[in-house]
Amino acid sequence: MKFSERWLRSLVNPALDSTALSHLLTMAGLEVEALEPVAAEFNGVVVGRVVAVAPHPDADRLRVCQVDAGGGETLQIVCGAPNVHEGARVPCAKIGAKLPGFEIKHAKLRGVASAGMLCSARELGLNDNIDGLLLLPADAPVGLDIRDYLHLDDTLYTLKLTPNRSDCLSLAGVAREVAALTETPLDLPQIAATPVTSTRTQSVEVAATSACPLYCGRVIEQVNATATTPDWMLERLLRSDVRPISALVDITNYVLLELGQPLHAFDAAKLSGTVRVRMAQPAENLRLLNEQAVVLDDDMLVIADDTGAQALAGILGGAASAVDDTTTTVFLEAAFFDPAAIAGRARRLGLSTDASHRFERGVDFAATRSALERASQLILEICDGAAGAITEISGALPQRQPIALRPARASKVLGITLDAQHVARLLSRLHISFSVEGENFRVTPPSYRFDLSIEEDLIEELARLYGYDNIPAQAPRANLTMLAQPEQQRDVDALRAQLVARDYQEVITYSFVDAAWEASFAPGTQAVALKNPIASQMGVMRSTLMGGLMDVLRSNLNRRQERVRIFETGRCYHALADGFDQPQRLAGLIYGGAVAEQWGTAVRGVDYFDLKADVEALCWPLSARFVKAEHPALHPGQSAQVWLGETCLGWLGALHPRLVQQYDLPSAPMWFELALVPLLARPVPRHAAQSRLQPVRRDLAVVVDASVNAQDLLEAMQLAAIPGLAELALFDVYRGKGIDSDKKSLAFRVLLQDTQKTFTDSEVDAVMAQLTELLKQKFNAQLRS
Amino acid sequence: MQNLDHIVAEALAEFAAINQMAELEQAKARYLGKTGLLTEQMKQLGKLSAEQRPAAGALINQAKEQIQQALEACRDALRQAELDSQLAADTLDVTLPGRGQGSGGLHPVTRTLARIQALFASLGFEVAEGPEIETDFYNFTALNIPENHPARAMHDTFYVDDKHLLRTHTSPVQIRYMQEHVPPLKIIAPGRVYRCDSDVTHTPMFHQVEGLWVDEDVSFAALKGVLADFMQRFFERDDLKVRFRPSFFPFTEPSAEMDIACVMCGGDGCRVCGHTGWLEVLGCGMVHPNVLGHVNVDSEKYLGFAFGMGVERLAMLRYSVDDLRLFFANDLRFLKQFN
Repeated sequence: MKFSERWLRSLVNPALDSTALSHLLTMAGLEVEALEPVAAEFNGVVVGRVVAVAPHPDADRLRVCQVDAGGGETLQIVCGAPNVHEGARVPCAKIGAKLPGFEIKHAKLRGVASAGMLCSARELGLNDNIDGLLLLPADAPVGLDIRDYLHLDDTLYTLKLTPNRSDCLSLAGVAREVAALTETPLDLPQIAATPVTSTRTQSVEVAATSACPLYCGRVIEQVNATATTPDWMLERLLRSDVRPISALVDITNYVLLELGQPLHAFDAAKLSGTVRVRMAQPAENLRLLNEQAVVLDDDMLVIADDTGAQALAGILGGAASAVDDTTTTVFLEAAFFDPAAIAGRARRLGLSTDASHRFERGVDFAATRSALERASQLILEICDGAAGAITEISGALPQRQPIALRPARASKVLGITLDAQHVARLLSRLHISFSVEGENFRVTPPSYRFDLSIEEDLIEELARLYGYDNIPAQAPRANLTMLAQPEQQRDVDALRAQLVARDYQEVITYSFVDAAWEASFAPGTQAVALKNPIASQMGVMRSTLMGGLMDVLRSNLNRRQERVRIFETGRCYHALADGFDQPQRLAGLIYGGAVAEQWGTAVRGVDYFDLKADVEALCWPLSARFVKAEHPALHPGQSAQVWLGETCLGWLGALHPRLVQQYDLPSAPMWFELALVPLLARPVPRHAAQSRLQPVRRDLAVVVDASVNAQDLLEAMQLAAIPGLAELALFDVYRGKGIDSDKKSLAFRVLLQDTQKTFTDSEVDAVMAQLTELLKQKFNAQLRS
Repeated sequence: MQNLDHIVAEALAEFAAINQMAELEQAKARYLGKTGLLTEQMKQLGKLSAEQRPAAGALINQAKEQIQQALEACRDALRQAELDSQLAADTLDVTLPGRGQGSGGLHPVTRTLARIQALFASLGFEVAEGPEIETDFYNFTALNIPENHPARAMHDTFYVDDKHLLRTHTSPVQIRYMQEHVPPLKIIAPGRVYRCDSDVTHTPMFHQVEGLWVDEDVSFAALKGVLADFMQRFFERDDLKVRFRPSFFPFTEPSAEMDIACVMCGGDGCRVCGHTGWLEVLGCGMVHPNVLGHVNVDSEKYLGFAFGMGVERLAMLRYSVDDLRLFFANDLRFLKQFN
């Protein structure tokens, strides 16, 4: 909503300067988004009349003008504008005038003295791109300060209105608000009923009575459609960024701005039969004023005649019945359309109009008829004509039910003390009618307010007038209780900290990804697609975090990073039969050197076991099982599932060589991705007695087939549940000289310790023999000699 | 006896010339060993008379004592020399960098979220979460935004299907939490939100923190108190000016927009605050009775306030980041600045 302050001040004129008024509006919830002067700062410019124009003796493009700038003397001014001519009235900057950026002094242009400057709009800082001098009307009074003549001491306000304040989508509405806020008298235009001098009427039927509870229309005959819109109206329209079209259209636009009531003028000669307000027929066609051809839905309201839809009610008129220069009879419409019948329709058709913007939010249904009268009055003034009687069809208009308002409740909600007197005073300022019932009020909201239906709405009104800034900021009061701190659960921040300590950098990538990434990293998964993606490469919801990590890897490699260690936490998305699974995941990717290039450690690329150590650290103190398994995006010989108890947490491994090649990577990144929630569980520690006795260590080295997994041997030995077996760990893996090429040697450290007695040699030997036999039986393991 | 003096002098000279511990032990044997010179002297004592023996013995012992002292002194010197040379050999360039793995860091958005969470946790706010693919009901209807409401046009929504969308705000978590818990309750709901909008100042995904406090005795004044306190603690400026302006959100009434004095220019006006001196940082208000009604909370007994803030916005202001899009470009050089 943009308007001129001068216009506003013609309706209400508080003793506040522009800045203060703007601040007041902003703090009352009508945010002033922009405040800009109509013209730049300048002075010393008056209306001048060009008395004579002569060629410049030394310059083809310059003219020597004699200018009457008032005050009795004629000024000689050299001018280069092509549109200067004898008799023209133009802005004339006199000697001493200060224009934006320079001052006018006596000058000689190519040897000819010049005592001033004739100005273009741009030189005065006006928002106008017309080349040449600003030509003023022939009746512009010579010598008058141009700022006064063009009303340039004016400021443009742009309000950013919230959807609830449709009542302020007009000058009258803003003025009403300013009057309430400043307790200044309001001076709205007087609207008298236009005398009826024509017998013509237009028959109207309202079929959609609930969508259109009030329809007013009148015929005006013998209008002059080519009449000129008066300057005062043009100035106001232009300062509201409304493009002038023709007097008839300008008048309807003007009344819309002034009173907030959208109006439509039909060319009555182009309407046949009865005007009907009805719902559109399915797939009914209409060509709109903007030449857009639309196919209507049956929940859209139209104004039709006997031949079909002529206007999209409350949104935009139709081209076929539009007024133009040949129009002599107009049918002028002012109606109240139910917001619910208009809302969303314009957007569905890709439209947003001043009318739909207002009808969607609510238009004052008590002012519909007077807006029609106001427009009639202006048409008769400007275009002449003879007005017919108003046809009014009204049905069930919105009810304004009284709302109970309790000052005590308002005080409690706001945290201040408002007594009944205070409440009454505030309501009166808003011109909201009320009655008092004991301690409480019964408040009836005005017809122009569509945002007041419950007590809280009124409390907000009280708070606005009281001033949000005047409500004290209070420390909250509450009963204190401590927050639960479940020890069996750690925060995701603990996992993040662990990865950060292991040289990982956290990243955050978009949840929507390129479908091609999904095809690469999660083939066979049906990704959840967006219906309206912002870009095709952000078309599907990720089912894995891998795509985003790979993208970050690649973009950083392009930025000459050689070593990338990144992780992300976030949701992944899967469609289910009855909804969506959105598990939280934790994924990491490492690429490049195992450590940063440094003096004391040999350069070595990351491998599976570097990554595995990180995953083990995340699971700690629980120990995960790693089960060899194949993943479509991972190297089949370097990938595993991660299990904690009966839960598969996810995967780790080296990127598949095929993908390494496809994504043009110099070497393979390592990637893990784990379900987050199970990783957060951790046992509360419980003390067990420590043995005071010395442990006995024996080593067990066996030779097995190279394909046997070390973990299987460990698990088998653990399952044997040997008493006193305190620790069992793999400490060496050997392949090479002395071992057959299809075999490998595994060496285990066995620690035996009892809480009661020391193991004897023979007892130790028996345990070692038992383990050896077990491995021999299960894995054909031979003791390494 | 001259012989003894001679032996002692000889031993001291020999010891002094030695620079290896092993040689010293050999030299020791030569004087004090089983066949050493002084041992031989002792053996000679038997040949002396009983009267002569004590004095002679004492002299020998005295010589032995001298040799032993010299020996100890030599040992100490050798040990010291050995240690000195070992220390010299072991000496490092202690200015060389430490070896091994370095450290990474958190994303600035996570860092900001952690800060917000910590501040609200200190007032007893718990963290609640909700799904990001949300139903139309939770994202809009339950928050008092019916279909075709103009407020829906303010949310450029990504749709998944007719009933599901990507949540446009973290406010639906309010509803989900209140369905599961009875008042009094105090939560914040951090997380990702999505709007179909992308330009210099908008990314299609960003983070919000929603806050909700429902109790018998909360008020708009308390809302102002909590949020002013938060902003002052977050920016670590006790004198940070704040203001509340009436605004509109369908799920709060009264509603307010909160501004803080521009932290870049101190309120004088600059590019960041659009020369207004104020920065819009947060929307808030008293929970609308219709919202409480949707989750069967008695709005006569309980009042609530709610607020929602953009995390990236706060991170930009806190860490002087001038381009929102940097947060999701994941340039490691950008990210490492926040480690």
